[in-house]
Amino acid sequence: MSARLPHLTSIRDLDAAAAERILDLAREFFEVSRRPIRKAPSLQGKTIVNLFYEASTRTRTSFELAGKRLGADVVNVSASSSSTTKGETLSDTVANLDAMHADVIVLRHPASGAAHHVATRGRARAAVVNAGDGMHEHPTQALLDAFTLRAAKGTLAGLTVAICGDIAHSRVARSNALLLPLLGARVRLAGPRTLLPHRADALGAEVFDRLEPALAGADVVMMLRIQQERLSGAALPSLREYAREFGLNSSRLALAKADALVLHPGPINRGVELSDELADGPRSAILDQVEAGVAVRMAVLHLCAAGAETPGAR
Amino acid sequence: MNPTAELLVFRAVRAFDPARGLDAVVDVVVERGRVTAVGAGAGAEPGGAAHARVIEGGGRWLLPAFVDLHVHLREPGHEYKEDIASGLAAAAAGGYAHVCAMPNTRPVNDTRAVTEAMVARAREVGGVALHPIGAITRGLEGRDLTEMGDLQRAGAVGVSDDGRCVSSSLVMRRALEYARGFDLPVIQHCEDHELTAGADMHEGEISARLGLRGWPRVAEDIIVARDLALAGYVGARWHAAHVSTSGAVELLRAAKDRGVRATAEVTPHHLLLTDEAVLGYDTGCKVNPPLREASDVAALRRALADGTLDAIATDHAPHSPLEKDCEISQASPGLIGLELCFGLLLGLVGSDGLTLGRLVDALSTAPARIAGLEPPALVPGALAELTLVAPDERWSPAAGALRSKSRNTPFLHRELRGRVLLTIAGGRVVFDAIG
Repeated sequence: MSARLPHLTSIRDLDAAAAERILDLAREFFEVSRRPIRKAPSLQGKTIVNLFYEASTRTRTSFELAGKRLGADVVNVSASSSSTTKGETLSDTVANLDAMHADVIVLRHPASGAAHHVATRGRARAAVVNAGDGMHEHPTQALLDAFTLRAAKGTLAGLTVAICGDIAHSRVARSNALLLPLLGARVRLAGPRTLLPHRADALGAEVFDRLEPALAGADVVMMLRIQQERLSGAALPSLREYAREFGLNSSRLALAKADALVLHPGPINRGVELSDELADGPRSAILDQVEAGVAVRMAVLHLCAAGAETPGAR
Repeated sequence: MNPTAELLVFRAVRAFDPARGLDAVVDVVVERGRVTAVGAGAGAEPGGAAHARVIEGGGRWLLPAFVDLHVHLREPGHEYKEDIASGLAAAAAGGYAHVCAMPNTRPVNDTRAVTEAMVARAREVGGVALHPIGAITRGLEGRDLTEMGDLQRAGAVGVSDDGRCVSSSLVMRRALEYARGFDLPVIQHCEDHELTAGADMHEGEISARLGLRGWPRVAEDIIVARDLALAGYVGARWHAAHVSTSGAVELLRAAKDRGVRATAEVTPHHLLLTDEAVLGYDTGCKVNPPLREASDVAALRRALADGTLDAIATDHAPHSPLEKDCEISQASPGLIGLELCFGLLLGLVGSDGLTLGRLVDALSTAPARIAGLEPPALVPGALAELTLVAPDERWSPAAGALRSKSRNTPFLHRELRGRVLLTIAGGRVVFDAIG
């Protein structure tokens, strides 16, 4: 069952079979989290370091719980990435953690390519799991989205997924634009042109600069968080206008299929990109995503840390 | 060893100097630092001197030595990356007799004292001649003009705020007007900084995929268009540093056709690499302006061939591992080029209409004219500034063999064709790998 994952820095590290394997394994771990005793101690004696250079509640907690439910020793390191305060290069920090025999380093960093840099040039023996690198990728987020969709819809094959909002700065969009088509879904990317990469077509999806055509007939609508800082730099005139033109509400959702699901990677700006009623409504799968996150991360950590020494285990 | 080239005879060498219409297998005699004879049999009786050093041609070429309009030698201020001694040694190994050093040192070369210090240090080192380029504005801040007359008297051959664009149209106009009186070229780093804020690479498909902020072509084209308009209006000499886009090439071609006194340079890396080299977040390929797309590379090659791009400049930009072994967003842009340029580019001859004559012109005569220097020449009576190359030798640059203090080039261990064997600069042998 478990071919070891050397690293997970990008969805590009996976083919369809490897992605399916992670999702299948996550399915087993999903049940573990619903038991009274939430332990599947396959990583007892292993060490996982969560190295976070950006603030994060959800992702860090999710990785921490995933590691602990597998019985690993989990250490959280909050580091500062500003070049004036860090005093040590990223690859040196990782080399030090490596010298302490970390089995997996879970890295979140504001620089695109940071996980790739550490995995390829950081001299790390540990497996590197990318928990978000700048505007590049957030592969476990895409995997948990896929898990959520598979659980709700049975399969991703043939689904149309509209990802809407600040595509240019979104690592969630980039990872999903790679993963969901690998599993048979079609991806649409929508947002104002100021928040789309100039060559958004390179992401392998259909691109729209208005919400409505992207929503038409969609099976899934994934709304992205809009950052307040986009209001500087002339990307957006106002939050008010953004909410009106690019926010998801019930009347816009009616353009999608009747059973369309609403996803959001969180944290939500209620009333801006997503109306309250939809966020808490019956079509919202937002908390299912969060639950899936722990299971998917258990699967990724298991495959990164356990596989090498216990081939064929599980 | 014969450091002052007392008496040096190249026997049956291919002497190639396109500016003088010379392409023949002849003897070339260098005596007391000057070319004294060029012709068949000229070296048969080398003045009867027993101490003559004879170098057999054996399929090698003797060229006018190279001139680089655009290098960063990092002294004063950043000697851990490079200094004048190591930078000039690298230049000598690359076949250069003259290099023009950009002013983004610390302190900035915006005053006579800094220019004089650089020139004095280079004289002390000896070898390749260093010609400072002074700043256009004080502190490279884009506001107040430098004392260009004073800089020129101290040895500056041009002015530039390289690394920064002179963004203000008014300041650029005034710089062009003022520099015109001194016949100094104003060398612009063409970048609309507002359009490139935070950029790590060319804006295109690759930047979209990598999630890196892009440096769009139009940020270069906008400044090229504006400055060509200003230069034409003012009648001043304007020079575009490191042209990287097809759009800039078209603008230059049209402006030259209508008589604007514009010149331009192109780097080896922009002629050879595209933004695909950045896949894998290779900081060694982070450079400003960034590596573009195949269509730009093709346009640059054609423009080099037809002379729209006058000169080849390396933009030799040494950096230490501190600035390169890091996340790409933290990495400093730039790569070294002095020692590799000829071996990288000789292979382009014959494609896209590029002739050997144009290549040598772009490496030597054209940049010398832009900098107001006497172009190196293979004629009797000229100061000996010559480069001997082995055109068919294949070699791979190894980190340990470079004379530069820095190693930041994506071309390490690539196979190059054409190797510099001997360089004579200012009448002296400054590099000798013949053994």
